[in-house]
Amino acid sequence: MAKVPVQFTLNGSEKAEFIDSGTTLLHALRDKIGDTSPKGGCHQGTCGACSIIIDGELRLSCLTLAETCNGADVRTTAGLSEGGGLHPLQRAFLDAFATQCGFCTPGMIMAAKVLLDHTPNPSREEVVEALSGNICRCTGYEPIIQAVLTAARSNSQNVA
Amino acid sequence: MAIRRGRGVAAINYPTGMNLGGDPTQALVHSTPTGNFMVTLSSVDLGQGMKQIMAQICAETIGVPTDRVVVDTADTDTGPHCMGTFASRGTHRAGNAVIQAAREARQVMLEVAAEELEVNASDLETDGQGNIIVKGAPQKSISIFDVALSAHFKRGRSISGRGMFLIPRSYPEKETGAMKPSTCYAHACTVAEVEVDDETGEVTVLTVKNVFEIGRALNPKMVEQQLVGGSWMGISHALYETTEPYYPSRDHGGTDFNQYLMPGPGDLAKTEIIVLERPSADGPYGAKGPGEMCANPQIPAVANAIFDAVGVRIDTLPITPERILRALKAHAPN
Repeated sequence: MAKVPVQFTLNGSEKAEFIDSGTTLLHALRDKIGDTSPKGGCHQGTCGACSIIIDGELRLSCLTLAETCNGADVRTTAGLSEGGGLHPLQRAFLDAFATQCGFCTPGMIMAAKVLLDHTPNPSREEVVEALSGNICRCTGYEPIIQAVLTAARSNSQNVA
Repeated sequence: MAIRRGRGVAAINYPTGMNLGGDPTQALVHSTPTGNFMVTLSSVDLGQGMKQIMAQICAETIGVPTDRVVVDTADTDTGPHCMGTFASRGTHRAGNAVIQAAREARQVMLEVAAEELEVNASDLETDGQGNIIVKGAPQKSISIFDVALSAHFKRGRSISGRGMFLIPRSYPEKETGAMKPSTCYAHACTVAEVEVDDETGEVTVLTVKNVFEIGRALNPKMVEQQLVGGSWMGISHALYETTEPYYPSRDHGGTDFNQYLMPGPGDLAKTEIIVLERPSADGPYGAKGPGEMCANPQIPAVANAIFDAVGVRIDTLPITPERILRALKAHAPN
């Protein structure tokens, strides 16, 4: 089968690849480009581990065809830290012990980032709603919810 | 038809590890030429933090900062023998093995330092900051870095140690059946409050209050993390998880983990955790096993709370709405 060219920005830098038509963005990111921060959990849109941000929206990279992302702005957890420092969400997840095996963490952080981008001071219910598409097997969710609320508070303090 | 509220309590006595063949775990500890220490294990870190705990235990025993210890759990083909990470046994079994190995390595380290300082090894102690000092004369000291260099390049010593955990296998007495299945027990008690809809059979867990007695908490934040997650898992076992949710035909069962039910972030009970530390006699620095243990008391507590709410005893897990409705029907006057 003929390869298809695909070109997009990943965490601010240009990426171009030839891929098989029908390749998911998750596969292209992990196995072609080498960004393994999105995780392949269920590969059918149920677990949220592959969550990434495309043009500001939360998307499941396992259900997104790479060839539909031409010209898109793709963001993953791997691009969150700036200048060697952790993103406030990453710092909050660490401080709150909101990660154990770590497999759900990148997807959780992406979901939380989109929430905070649109809703800087979310209620607990809004955090729960934002994380409801992401499955965690270890933490019981409460530490994750607390981490997102903490990151939101630290963000608003920085702005003030 | 109404929403009925109930409260249930349960307490458990939970063995750390098991005793079917001695429950062995072995560990090796050695220093690198720079005086860092390597712990080699086959025990697996599932995300519960075994590597961190083993680094703490090794560092405490040898007398170095925790960041001077690297833990390798990479490969069961090449690592020392371990039965595995299950039955709340990791910290207790591997921890005991690491202490024994680290003590042996520490002894070699002190012997090399004694030769360098021209004193008796029994007169030396560690300062916990990476130095070995003469007791009562701290100005006379040598860094562990220099001791390691001396051992590797000058004295031809291997600063290393072997450790293992093994308990004698316990057989039941013929007359009474009595045996000693474990040497160390953790304890827990949970009070659960539920609401049961006696029309739909749905259960909402409102609160769970847990007290855990887990020996010494070697890393209190990581213990808390285990207990919060474990409490949620216990409720999940009680009410949600099964590979055969669609009784009676197996053909209608779930086909993969996408159809395996667990409570999500919107289904959380208000959870309270209290930790009691009563150091165990045979645990590493008094630790017991908090892992699997902590997901157990919620199950009978929730079952008891359901009985308190609607008067039916469900003895099959998970306690699904269907099982509650069938029990209510069987229980009804006619």
